[in-house]
Amino acid sequence: MADQETFTFQVFRGDSSGGEEQEYQVPATTGMVVLDAMHYIQAHIDGTLAVRWNCKAAKCGSCSAEINGRPRLMCKTRLDDFKDVDVHVHPMRTFPVIKDLVTDVSWNYEVNRKMAPFTHDPAEQSPWVMYQEDVDRLYEPRKCIECFLCQDVCHVLRNHEQKDSYFGPRFMVRYQYLAMHPKDILNRTGAVKNKGGVGLCNITKCCQEVCPEHIHITDNSIIPLKERVADEYFDPVRWLGKKLLGKRDERPAESETGPASS
Amino acid sequence: MLDRYEVHDHDVLVIGAGGAGLRAAIAAAEAGADVGVVCKSLLGKAHTVMAEGGMAASLANLDAEDSWQVHFADTMRGGQLINSWRMVELFAKEAPDRVFELERWGALFDRTKQGLIMQRAFGAHTYRRLCHVGDRTGLELIRTLQDKSVHSGPKVYMECTLTRLLKDGNRVSGAFGYWRDDGRFVVFRAKAVIIATGGWGRMYKVTSNSWEGTGDGICMAYDAGAELRDTEMVQFHPTGMVWPPGVRGILVTEGVRGEGGILKNSEGERFMLRYDPVKKDLSSRDVVARSINREVLEGRGSEHGGAYLDISDQPAEFIKGKLPSMYEQFLTLADVDITKGPMEVAPTVHYAMGGIHVEPETGASSLPGLYAAGEAAAGLHGANRLGGNSLTDLLVFGKRAGEAAAEFARGGGGPNGIDEAQIDEEKALLLKPFESGGGENPFLLHQELQAVMSDHVGITRDEETLQQGLDKVLALQQRAENLDVQGSRMFNPGWHMARDDIFMLTLAEAVIRAALLRRESRGAHFRTDYPEKDPELGKVNTVAVKIESGAEIKQRPIVPMPPELAALLEAK
Ligand SMILES: Cc1cc2nc3c(=O)[nH]c(=O)nc-3n(C[C@H](O)[C@H](O)[C@H](O)COP(=O)(O)OP(=O)(O)OC[C@H]3O[C@@H](n4cnc5c(N)ncnc54)[C@H](O)[C@@H]3O)c2cc1C
Ligand code: SF4
Ligand code: SF4
Ligand code: FES
Repeated sequence: MADQETFTFQVFRGDSSGGEEQEYQVPATTGMVVLDAMHYIQAHIDGTLAVRWNCKAAKCGSCSAEINGRPRLMCKTRLDDFKDVDVHVHPMRTFPVIKDLVTDVSWNYEVNRKMAPFTHDPAEQSPWVMYQEDVDRLYEPRKCIECFLCQDVCHVLRNHEQKDSYFGPRFMVRYQYLAMHPKDILNRTGAVKNKGGVGLCNITKCCQEVCPEHIHITDNSIIPLKERVADEYFDPVRWLGKKLLGKRDERPAESETGPASS
Repeated sequence: MLDRYEVHDHDVLVIGAGGAGLRAAIAAAEAGADVGVVCKSLLGKAHTVMAEGGMAASLANLDAEDSWQVHFADTMRGGQLINSWRMVELFAKEAPDRVFELERWGALFDRTKQGLIMQRAFGAHTYRRLCHVGDRTGLELIRTLQDKSVHSGPKVYMECTLTRLLKDGNRVSGAFGYWRDDGRFVVFRAKAVIIATGGWGRMYKVTSNSWEGTGDGICMAYDAGAELRDTEMVQFHPTGMVWPPGVRGILVTEGVRGEGGILKNSEGERFMLRYDPVKKDLSSRDVVARSINREVLEGRGSEHGGAYLDISDQPAEFIKGKLPSMYEQFLTLADVDITKGPMEVAPTVHYAMGGIHVEPETGASSLPGLYAAGEAAAGLHGANRLGGNSLTDLLVFGKRAGEAAAEFARGGGGPNGIDEAQIDEEKALLLKPFESGGGENPFLLHQELQAVMSDHVGITRDEETLQQGLDKVLALQQRAENLDVQGSRMFNPGWHMARDDIFMLTLAEAVIRAALLRRESRGAHFRTDYPEKDPELGKVNTVAVKIESGAEIKQRPIVPMPPELAALLEAK
């Protein structure tokens, strides 16, 4: 790179009452990422520019923003991608702005609290036996770094403001982990349907396109969860079986409405 | 002062929500205490999330010969015997249970063929000992504790920075600080306080630490009169990224070498064979870091001043499976495909072995009501920490500190009021940069400190360079009087940095003075003017106490090891 001397940034500056883009010229260095440029602005131009970051290596999920309209991690977005264009950096739109690029993501933490935690059979104590094939399957949902970029892009939350009825893709990923974990004993299907609101997802796959961890959120988390719901609630054979033969899932279930704690 | 503040009351206040803080909070809550946890970042973003390689525990799943005794001996030897042997004993014995417990709470680990927890080789561990999941073990640990704590009772206060411990007489009775979002002041009143704020790597220019690693909690304890220990012991991890400039210092996990990666110099020589023919590339971190340093100084460095680390002999699928985040990190940030060619690496400041002096069993500091755990506490790692020993440290001593603090709080008694004068003093310190007009840019002052520490208190040290470094730090302390910030208290990074500068400048002095006093080479502390170990200094720890004029450094004799533990070091 570095055949270009400076980059022009248009960075959103403002707070809950509004704001606008401000222009900054930042000298280019080899391999530079957007977060480097934000740090340059802080140190040399305006120390009040509010940004979140921690690891600078795409491991912590702190530095989420919308860069030229696309939800991305600032520490992983190389400026090589933006030759000869202005770089517009905005906060995530789905969450209320606190200041500049920092948004109030506390809703996500509230959602997490509504989900029952991992629950194993109390009779089975670890160390337990579990196989690498299981770990390989569970590894994908477990990679989530909680950047909330998928929450940001999901239209159910972003455009339709349905935060009270849909937990969002990040938490479908978490449900997938719990539901597929061979040692978790709770039946989560009712909770996924009624509390989590998985039915509101209409499989646009926008979430998995932006996931910096390459988690196939829609394909591997949401669709399988939807299938379980369909199986359990809408499959006429199963439904009849349950009705006539009194066949029931023996497992304890996660609460379908209330807070998780049992 | 007119500025009001809100007040929160808890039995136990935990400052820090990394592995140590969360484990402590869970333990204190399970012991019946009402617990508050405060952290600077969002929950789940602490340093702990970045840990890659794994957590050490002698489960003996792969090497049946492993035992707590061998883990004990490895850790003591790695720490060059100035560790707290009692902490190491507790640690080596309890580590396996803490790992199993994590598994019961939903953590995922890679498995052996028999379905047991997989363990990988790591530097200076005799046996394969690190439990891991790919190269994201820290994420697994923190997410598990986060999800567990959410349902265990502690109340979490995110994005809140505490800057001063409050005392009633000699007893710690709470802490004061500000909300990062709007700068409002806040007081936490507590019967016991646990510091779990991590280390101080940000003092250095090239570091694996995030902005949070500014030593706040250690400095708060020191400001309040608690003893610090072994502050001269700063770990340089041998392998940080080197190129491009923006990623300099970002960690390359030791797991790369654990899975077969080899270090080479510009001549293609596997140079670790020369420096440590037995442990080779998996020698202890101090040795590997100095070896790379030496290769560079002697003109055999890589293109950008480091060494080459090559794992591309291994099958690509194996590398992607075992080191997925390393693969991705180099591909996206450095345009290097590690399955095809070597990485460039160089030492990076990684970990503070020094910190708050604590009692082994309880994590109690030298001040009543104040506890510490995790990287903020000192003693377990001595002069050099072994890889993987930090994550289990967080669990073993986080739990112990949480239980002890809850117990202390239950005792309740004694004064624990809040003194307005202390609050006013801290408010004045915090607000001064808005009024000073002194012109010192907090970010640039930080960069100057980083340069001083890197140039004067680095991998190799000597009297003269250290003394010059000290003079420079003292001069920077003076200039910090003129720290100057613009704007309001609304999420203002410049303002936040200004207070962080003061924490780091205060601790930097304790680091350098301790380094001056230890006239020998031991572990991470290498003095070119005293290149050998001095057996007499192997019998003392360094203690730092804050006095009016700055840091007072003393040496304190180490209590001799009981014979049954000493015998473990003789074995093998
Ligand atoms: C990149 C990297 C890789 C690593 N890999 C490994 C590994 O593989 N194995 C291993 O054993 N170790 C590893 N380590 C070391 C290990 O991760 C850390 O030592 C450990 O996580 C520290 O945990 P902690 O709980 O003590 O503190 P941290 O995780 O650092 O957490 C500190 C907490 O304190 C809070 N805090 C700090 N100051 C304040 C304040 N003023 N007010 C309020 N809150 C505050 C922070 O917000 C944070 O929540 C690695 C470290 C790094 C940086
Ligand atoms: S696939 Fe579903 S969850 Fe993902 S963005 Fe589309 S609607 Fe949202
Ligand atoms: S699923 Fe992916 S996009 Fe969503 S929060 Fe996790 S890492 Fe981010
Ligand atoms: S800073 Fe951690 S993900 Fe970007």
